[in-house]
Amino acid sequence: MNPLLLWFHKFGAPPTAYHVAGKIAPWCYGLALVLGIVALYGGLVLAPRDYQQGDAYRIIFIHVPCAWMGLFAYLFMAANAFVALVWRIKLSEVLAMASAPAGAAFTFVTLVTGSIWGKPMWGTWWTWDARLTSELFLLFLYFGVIGLHAAIEDRRQAARAAGFLALIGVINLPIIHFSVNWWNTLHQGQTVRLMGPSKIDSGMLWPLLTMALATHLWFFGSMLVRTRVGLLELDGGKDWVRTIALAEGTRA
Amino acid sequence: MNNFFAMGGYGAYIWTAYAVFFIVLALEALAPLAQRKRLLADIRGRLKRREAREAKP
Repeated sequence: MNPLLLWFHKFGAPPTAYHVAGKIAPWCYGLALVLGIVALYGGLVLAPRDYQQGDAYRIIFIHVPCAWMGLFAYLFMAANAFVALVWRIKLSEVLAMASAPAGAAFTFVTLVTGSIWGKPMWGTWWTWDARLTSELFLLFLYFGVIGLHAAIEDRRQAARAAGFLALIGVINLPIIHFSVNWWNTLHQGQTVRLMGPSKIDSGMLWPLLTMALATHLWFFGSMLVRTRVGLLELDGGKDWVRTIALAEGTRA
Repeated sequence: MNNFFAMGGYGAYIWTAYAVFFIVLALEALAPLAQRKRLLADIRGRLKRREAREAKP
C-alpha cells in the first residue's frame, strides 16, 4: 500500500480516530474561546460606530460569522457525505452526521440575530425575501438530515440516507449566496469580499474575521466531540468501546 | 459603562442577539456530552444483561 492509503487506514480506523479527535477537540474549543473574546472586545468596544446604522450594526460580528458557518458546515457535511456514499468510508459517514447539529445551531443563530437586527433597521422582524427564505430552507435541510438520521435504526443505512439528502440540498447553497444579487431584497449586499476590497472599515473588519475564525474552530471542536460519540455508537459492540464504557462506569 | 450597555439606544437588540448566540452555542456544545453519557450507560446495560444470560445454566 502507498503511504497515503496507509495513513488513511490508520487514522480512519474508529479507535484511532476516536483518540485523535479527543486530542484535537479541546484545543479547538480553547482557541475559539480566546479568539472569540478578542473579537468581542474588538467588535463591541474598539470598532467605530456605523455612520448609518449607529451601534445596531454591531450584531454583524455574530450574525455574519454564524451565516458563514451555516454554509461552511453544510459544505463540510456534504463533502463527507459524498465521500461516504462513493467510497463507503465509515469515518466519513460519522463526520458528515456530526457536523449537522452545529450547522443547524449556527443557521438558527443567523436567523434569530438577523431578525433582531432587522427590526430596528428595516422595521420588521421577518420578510419572505430570497435571502431570508433560502436561509430558513437551509435550517429545514439540517433538520431533515438530523431527523432522517435519527429515524432509521441501522446506523450505516441512516448515515447513507441522510447523506443523500444532504447532497441534494447542496443546490440551496449558491441560491443563498447569490440571493442578494439575483433578487430585490431588504437584505444588504455583500460587505466582505474574498476578491477585491471589502466595503468595510478595517476597525470593523478585523473583529469580524477574528470571530469567523473563532466560530470555525468552535465548529470543529463540536464536530469532533460528536464524531467521538458517533464512533462509539457505530462500534457499540466492539471491544474498544466496551473498554471505554466499563472504564467510565467504574468512575461514575 | 452605562453608555456601553445602552449601545446608542440599541442595547436591547444587541444584547438579546448576543445572548441567543452564547446560549445556543453552549447548549449545542453540551448536548453531545449528555448523549455520550447515555450511550455508554446503554452499552454497560447491554453487557450486564448478556453476562446475566450467560451465567444462567
